[in-house]
Amino acid sequence: MPEPVAIHARRAPILAPSASGLVRVLPPADRFVLQMKAPRGAVLPASAGGFDLSGPLNTVRGTPERFAARLGPGEWLLVCPAGEGAAAGPAIASDLAGRFFSLVAVGHRNAAFLLSGTHAADILNAGIALDLSDAAFPPGSATRTLLGKAEVVVVRVGDAFRLECWRSFAPYVHAFLQEAAREFGCATSSTRGSRQGAG
Amino acid sequence: MAQDFRLPGRGRIDRKKPIAFTFNGRTVGGYEGDTLASALLASGIRLMGRSFKYHRPRGVLTHGADEPNALFQVDRGTGRADPNNRATVVEAVAGLTVSSQNHWPSLEHDIGQVNDLVAPVLTAGFYYKTFMWPRSFWDKFYEPAIRAAAGLGVAPDAPDADRYVHRNTHCDVLVVGAGPAGLAAALAASEAGKRVILADEQAEMGGSLLADLTSTIDGKPASAFVAEALKTLAGRANVTLLSRTTAFGYYNHNHVVLTERVTDHLAAPDPKLPRERLWQVRAKEVVLATGAHERPLGFADNDRPGIMLADSVRTYVNRYAVAPGRRIVFATNGASAYRAAADAKAVGLDVTLVDLRPEAEIGPERALLSGIELLAGHTVVGSTGGKAVTGLIVAPLSGGSVGARRTLACDCVGMSGGWTPAVHLFSQSRGKLTFRTEIDAFVPGTSVQAERSAGACKGTYDLASILAEGWAAGADAAGAPSTRAFAATPATPTGFKAARVLPTDADPKNVRAFLDFQNDVTAKDIGLAVREGFESVEHVKRYTTNSMATDQGKTSNMAALGLVSEILAKDIPQVGTTTFRPPYTPVTFGAIVGTARGETFDPIRTAPVHEWAVKQGAKFENVSLWRRAWYFPKPGEDMHAAVARECRAVRESVGLLDASTLGKIEVVGPDAAEFMNRMYPNGWTKLEPGKCRYGLMLKEDGFIFDDGIVARMAPDRFHVTTSTGGAPRVMAHMEDYLQTEWPDLDVFLTSITEEWGVIAVQGPRAREVIAPFVTGIDLSPQAFPQMTVREGEILGVPTRLMRVSFTGELGFEINVPADFTQAVWEALFGYGQRFGITPYGTEAMHVLRAERGFIIVGQETDGTVTPDDVGLSGMVSKAKKDFVGKRSLARPDMARADRKQLVGLLSADGRTVLEEGAQIVADTRQALPMTMLGHVTSSYLSPTLNHPIALAVVSGGRARMGETLFVTTPAGFTAVKVVAPVFLDPEGKRVEGLVEGGVHA
Repeated sequence: MPEPVAIHARRAPILAPSASGLVRVLPPADRFVLQMKAPRGAVLPASAGGFDLSGPLNTVRGTPERFAARLGPGEWLLVCPAGEGAAAGPAIASDLAGRFFSLVAVGHRNAAFLLSGTHAADILNAGIALDLSDAAFPPGSATRTLLGKAEVVVVRVGDAFRLECWRSFAPYVHAFLQEAAREFGCATSSTRGSRQGAG
Repeated sequence: MAQDFRLPGRGRIDRKKPIAFTFNGRTVGGYEGDTLASALLASGIRLMGRSFKYHRPRGVLTHGADEPNALFQVDRGTGRADPNNRATVVEAVAGLTVSSQNHWPSLEHDIGQVNDLVAPVLTAGFYYKTFMWPRSFWDKFYEPAIRAAAGLGVAPDAPDADRYVHRNTHCDVLVVGAGPAGLAAALAASEAGKRVILADEQAEMGGSLLADLTSTIDGKPASAFVAEALKTLAGRANVTLLSRTTAFGYYNHNHVVLTERVTDHLAAPDPKLPRERLWQVRAKEVVLATGAHERPLGFADNDRPGIMLADSVRTYVNRYAVAPGRRIVFATNGASAYRAAADAKAVGLDVTLVDLRPEAEIGPERALLSGIELLAGHTVVGSTGGKAVTGLIVAPLSGGSVGARRTLACDCVGMSGGWTPAVHLFSQSRGKLTFRTEIDAFVPGTSVQAERSAGACKGTYDLASILAEGWAAGADAAGAPSTRAFAATPATPTGFKAARVLPTDADPKNVRAFLDFQNDVTAKDIGLAVREGFESVEHVKRYTTNSMATDQGKTSNMAALGLVSEILAKDIPQVGTTTFRPPYTPVTFGAIVGTARGETFDPIRTAPVHEWAVKQGAKFENVSLWRRAWYFPKPGEDMHAAVARECRAVRESVGLLDASTLGKIEVVGPDAAEFMNRMYPNGWTKLEPGKCRYGLMLKEDGFIFDDGIVARMAPDRFHVTTSTGGAPRVMAHMEDYLQTEWPDLDVFLTSITEEWGVIAVQGPRAREVIAPFVTGIDLSPQAFPQMTVREGEILGVPTRLMRVSFTGELGFEINVPADFTQAVWEALFGYGQRFGITPYGTEAMHVLRAERGFIIVGQETDGTVTPDDVGLSGMVSKAKKDFVGKRSLARPDMARADRKQLVGLLSADGRTVLEEGAQIVADTRQALPMTMLGHVTSSYLSPTLNHPIALAVVSGGRARMGETLFVTTPAGFTAVKVVAPVFLDPEGKRVEGLVEGGVHA
């Protein structure tokens, strides 16, 4: 008989979260990719599982911790604090019951960064070609784009910019942002591979 | 050195901030605000370099970006040295180490000067004509010799110690150039709050106005107008002022690229700052206010140090407070040099002016010459001097004939052959040029992009007109057309008479009138090229190398063009002009590379157990962007020993592989099975949830594209895996079909490659290792057979547990959310110690699968291999109506018996490990070239079988079982026996765990 095992696996994010700096590594989160098609003539639901889906393309609705970013005509990235996904998934599915949708958990797929301060857009524009000015990309905007050689999602919830990228690209994205942030003052000092994650 | 040529009480240098640098080992003083050129001239240094081909002594010709002669090696410390810096644009900074180029042993005494003596043979096309024969001399002698002689400066060999960054930005109006036109344009464009960027290549904005001490604009001195305009612009939040910033490339959709020199002018820059910043500007509208370059005059020996452009003399005198000489002769064919002469006279220099135009053709500029001797209707036929000019030889012209020569003693010549509008960026934007005969210049004609030109770059030379034109262009660009008149006095005289090479009484064969100073191209060379049949300007340019140096012919292009037109007796528009290409001026590699170096060169993707593998001393290999553990050597082990140990552990007990890099796609929707059916050649509709199936993916051409295990999680949900490198292209391939061919299918795709970490636990002990940690899944063979998937928990976290094997052994692939992978791995590794659990890398994985005869896409396949070629025709459904690749598989060529088919090879000697890629022949005695039957695709020494094994694709291979063939080796050939491409457990019993492995207790 196998011996009983009492331990419970803990999350080990690829980058340890950091609490300050121009470029902060955010703690792990739960995430979903929600995709839906609106049948001709029908409208898409305005919300699901407490996520506000009503925003037009390339906008975000919600709070900095819990939001829905609409990245395609029928595609949202849903983000909520780590641990809330277990309840959010079924809640979303239940609210969308009866229509065709795809809900895939991707909480571990992404790593996230927060850039704040007056130079946040300048730092991002070291590798992002889009216009991130207040006029073109006001608070409430969201988009998928490239930062240097990595695909990223940029979400502007409040004044700050939240950047999401795939897990394995995080060290590159982090190094890139730190290099770009250098001329504007202190950068963060996160070490990769740390096991100090949220539970 | 004393600054004997510094003029008192004027200029824009900061006399309170003296600086010193070294030039060829000598200390040279100057002030902040000086360029290297102005500081050297202030100290009386006129010899600044040697020309490229003839090694002639050269001084500074210009005062700006167009400088062809004064090119320096500038050394700012280790890793901060670079060649070919223009002395006229590099700011004088304390502590610089500067040296001239292209001479040996010294600038004053240069062996290469011998080239000047043999100049008559070093004509245009010399290389093409001379180094043709004997052919055998090319590699050993001619090419090395030419390469040694080519180039000017020495390329640095130390890594660049500086940092460079890129910045993308957007604006409503980009104004290039901050002279009078650009300032007026920026003022107008920014009035209503539009986002405006004003970029100027110089340290100080103001352009020509910085050297203008006589004009007033709206009643104020030009310098006050500049200061006020800049103050106004700086006070507008919608304006970005970028000085020391060159717009060097104009691309599609108003994408203009600028390079900003951030720290080169600072003696001790803040290490936080990048040296340069490359700006990628996307502008809605562009105003080009790039000014004009003055043309040299073509006369014999017009290249002696001290001979420079007339406006450069004026700029050195007025802006830098430097007298480039005490006795200056101006030679001109137009009015602008008169202002230069008057300004030189005003500071007490001895000035004479020679005008090609007869007295009657000289306009109001005549009034500027009070107290200055004017020789009207005179040509210049030569100069005297060696390392510095000592005299200008002039002669009167009457009725087309050249009169008696007269030498005007001087130590400086200011020449003006007219002006060439800087249409580089306009031309790069693909705008069409038009020719204006009265100014003998090409100017912007039809625009292609959203831009407009203003000022001298458009051929407008009168100050009031330039300002008005700039304002109108700026207002227009901002979408609020308006006009504003500027009162600029005095009026700018603009009279001009075009001249090619100046008339001379000398034998043209002996006259060397330089057009391209940097590449040493003379008027004679252009004539020769045309005589030899090169009539297109593009051909003349390449044959003579005129305008092909680092200055891109800013001072020479029009001269050569005019000459070709004159010789061919064709109008200039018929002759055409050469194409302007980016960059406008040289750009450092660092600026282009930006942050793409070191850690930020390319993303290096690492799997969740990467850090653990690093700590274990693993060696890594690159697989697409991923870095994967290759093998885990123990102390004293080489790769071979480590891989053998890892393979044995998997066969006899249990091994662990981080397989997280496998591509994974979640295919969801009511039509998911139908979609899979169309994408893959095999059937999916009957695959029950909870089961896995091997998927072989084809492209439209019927050839193998990718492969992987697919698990059906639910009726409407598939967990598809791909090869590590194939993930993006498979995803794109699927999306392509879904969006363009079958938009009616209700299916969505989501990449889950990085959501799931994958731990492969392989070997007879695999079940025992995972059992203590798994909850909610019955692991018994009956409940959980090979090629099935179960959902449950491992260590309390969700898992998609698959019973699959790429090794031929009993095995599981544990999918867990990526951040949990490390914890699960460490738990399994700790618990598995009792079984001798062994982490293994990609190399052992390759060996193990080859022993079992499993293919790797990209190794056994190369984009020309069909399922049948690798013995997988059973994967292709005959029942399905259609799938991607079906039609191509029906082509007769795909069924030929002599197609290359996958076989196994065993070395006849039992020892030789074949080389992957080695060619295979049937008979080593056949005539060359031999008929090659195929090649080795995989080859290893099998630790399990203790002899070499190889996979290969061989023409008609399956019909050759038992045959002896021959494989190339570095030494010749080795004999091999053709066998089936499976070396171990052909019945596939081991995956059932039925075979007792060795046990490490």
